[in-house]
Amino acid sequence: MDTIEVSNLNRQFLFRQSHVGQSKAKVARDAVLRFRPHISITPYHANVKDSNFNVNFFKQFNVVLNGLDNLDARRHVNRLCLAAEVPLVESGTTGFLGQVTVHVKGKTECYECQPKPAPKTYPVCTITSTPSKFVHCIVWAKDLLFAKLFGDKNQENDLNVRSNDSCSSSENKNNVFERSDDEDWEQYGRRIYDHVFGYNIELALSDEETWKNRTKPRPMYSRDVLPDKMTQQNGNADKTDDLSPASAMASLGLKNPQDIWCLMENTRVFLEALKLFFTSRKKEIGNLSIAGNIVHAVATTNAIVAGLIVIEAIKVLKKDGCYRMTYCLEHPSKKMLLMPVEPFEPNKSCCVCSQTPLSLEINTHRSKLRDFVEKIVKAKLGMNSPLIMCGLALLYEVGDDLEKDMIENYTANLEKVLSELPSPVTGGTMLTVEDLQQEFTCNIYIKHREEFDEEKEPDEMVLSGWTQAPPEKKDDKTSNGNGASTSKKDIEVKEISDGTASPGKKRKLPEFSEGCTLDQSNDADETMNHKKIQKLDDDDDDLVMLDHWGKDTSKKQRSQ
Amino acid sequence: MVGEELTEQETALYDRQIRVWGADAQRRLSKSHILVYGMKGTITEFCKNIVLAGVGSLTLVDDRAVTEEALSANFLMPPDENVCSGKTLAELCRDSLNEFNPMVRVSVEKGDLTSFGVEFFDKFDVVVISFCSLATKKMINERCRKLSKRVSFYTVDCRDCCGEIFVDLQKYNYAMKRLDETTECELQYPSFQEAISVPWRSLPRKVSKLYFAMRVIERFEEAEGRKPGEICIEDLPAVLKLKKEICEAQSLNESHIPNALLERLVTGTREFPPVCAIIGGILGQEVIKAISGKGDPLKNFFFFDSVDGKGIIEDISDPTPKG
Repeated sequence: MDTIEVSNLNRQFLFRQSHVGQSKAKVARDAVLRFRPHISITPYHANVKDSNFNVNFFKQFNVVLNGLDNLDARRHVNRLCLAAEVPLVESGTTGFLGQVTVHVKGKTECYECQPKPAPKTYPVCTITSTPSKFVHCIVWAKDLLFAKLFGDKNQENDLNVRSNDSCSSSENKNNVFERSDDEDWEQYGRRIYDHVFGYNIELALSDEETWKNRTKPRPMYSRDVLPDKMTQQNGNADKTDDLSPASAMASLGLKNPQDIWCLMENTRVFLEALKLFFTSRKKEIGNLSIAGNIVHAVATTNAIVAGLIVIEAIKVLKKDGCYRMTYCLEHPSKKMLLMPVEPFEPNKSCCVCSQTPLSLEINTHRSKLRDFVEKIVKAKLGMNSPLIMCGLALLYEVGDDLEKDMIENYTANLEKVLSELPSPVTGGTMLTVEDLQQEFTCNIYIKHREEFDEEKEPDEMVLSGWTQAPPEKKDDKTSNGNGASTSKKDIEVKEISDGTASPGKKRKLPEFSEGCTLDQSNDADETMNHKKIQKLDDDDDDLVMLDHWGKDTSKKQRSQ
Repeated sequence: MVGEELTEQETALYDRQIRVWGADAQRRLSKSHILVYGMKGTITEFCKNIVLAGVGSLTLVDDRAVTEEALSANFLMPPDENVCSGKTLAELCRDSLNEFNPMVRVSVEKGDLTSFGVEFFDKFDVVVISFCSLATKKMINERCRKLSKRVSFYTVDCRDCCGEIFVDLQKYNYAMKRLDETTECELQYPSFQEAISVPWRSLPRKVSKLYFAMRVIERFEEAEGRKPGEICIEDLPAVLKLKKEICEAQSLNESHIPNALLERLVTGTREFPPVCAIIGGILGQEVIKAISGKGDPLKNFFFFDSVDGKGIIEDISDPTPKG
């Protein structure tokens, strides 16, 4: 359900300047029909996770070509394709790297057979008090501040929201993120700014133990950086017209997105952006791209990957069977820039395509059903509308047509610890978790455990049997001479982050990350996922089903 | 590099790719002038890529009229025959490409490619020709080489589900970056004539079979006075005979050029659109590298065959010490 943006035009030859703001799916259809008028193309400007795109919907196709940009949607489509028994051609690009894989039920591994990169988690205190890396700041901004400002305000989060004033006032439950009626947007913005960059820093400084061996941060207040009121400063605030996406840069007259801003400019952008996000007609915060360590897609790699997708799709349609995974490399490996690899067989312990049971270590006297639903069922298993059963007893369910008393029942269950549920869940219990839309069922064997390591196991849950990538380890297995390697592990690749190869060093092939953006998959994972709010990029995937042409673009790397 | 700043419009449109290859590279791109010949599927893909990327200008040469093949394999062609009538392939492609990116000047040069003198090529930084005879490839390559400035020269051919790219950057210096290390490199490219004159027996053992097969086809078409692609299954016996002769002369075991591969190249003279996308993508990337100075350019042949799925770089140059 993406719409076209100016910055897409450098790699999307179906779109023109005049299409900015329109549905990608619809414009793509019209553009293809112009040079190929007699084929049938149905555009859906919708989220692929919508319930009408169910197994029956998928069954009407002979092949599905994914051009998605996030892990969640990929997993969702993978399950639907498995359930509908429709072959799936997956793809992704990032910079000059790209990959195409084919997933055919029972013949090749499914998208989830290989462990995904272990989600990186960061201890809360690092994020809130002692950030030392750039990524810590991104995580803080995306998962704490952004969530407080634009997400569900009631969702718990580790950002301190109590202000100093409220300690003295009678209503000390006051949340600084609530805007009072008599405040204008700049006042509100300055109050947030002073709170997160001033007061909260002072609060952190008050714990002197923390700073013994660290450089102390300096609290900042907006009046020191920007003494004058913003509105008197921008002459050209009227430059933003309603059609262009809200942009603080545009309204502040900042031209070059590659410029490095000084503190004062950063402050102005912060205040202006806050105002625009709240007041702009475009309330689709979910569609706004969020900062991260993004490696963008370029037209050439997309073209190559699109060609490879079509080659594999034709094989699927011809029932050729000689499917291949292909990697586009930036630096040749064994003279190859395009490296074909034989697909792997389905992983027999894959809980998705082989329905292997999982086991979960959890403190059944302390963890609530809500924790289980959020951290395991949604975050780890990627279920959209789950149903949870203990034996024959229904503990929880999501759906549109539930009776009122059932909803109350489930809501009450969410707040109960596992061992106190109507059908108690304790060590030795087998839970069945099911997603009716994905037609995906998973059995989870519960093991009770008292203590968890706060830093290493911040979820207070350990799911095993789940394909989780082990921490990076070197694999020096070499491949068999000429030809495609038979194991992805043989492939020599470079770090995606800097796009360079280290000669002679074998390393696992990183999966090319989704879509144009590493951050949408990885970064989302890189958050403290126990505190994760909502996926901000959940709903911006197009579902474009064309007769024999796939949406190009986008990739995600999956890791092995 | 110092140069004119990118405009606000350029920065907005090219924002994402500037984040991949840098503002410097973008500035060089926007000042580059590119000539292409042969508006079939592969060149079309290539043009799309570099027009989107934002080169300064693109000049198209192809006076041929629209054929049914072009209509079915070229997404720049409007399906409406009325629009096509009276216009050449190059003119129709120009009209479409102009819409792709208003900041790139796309124009048409009429005339026969081989009639353009050396000074004509001086206007360009990059020359890409496709579906040309052996003689034309050599001739245009030599004309580019006669100029005092470097004109990067590329040939590209797609037949059946195979593709070949040849690159001549003459003498090319670049910074090779690997992790934190940067090495200054200098590459010395042979001309097309020099490359194909390298004795086959002196080539490494595993050179792509496509390299040999393409040379056989090229020689056959040349000897018979055919236009590129003017070949069919009836020619196969003569092609196989020629292969045998060449292999004997070059002391190469005939098994290096499978008959089945030659048969595919003889019968499948049309381009296969997904291979056009792949070859046009690789070629676009190489041209962007050469103009921007960013990235390691390939030297000096690239082959793709969708039957084995490999995209291979081959260095076919005289193994004597480089100058």
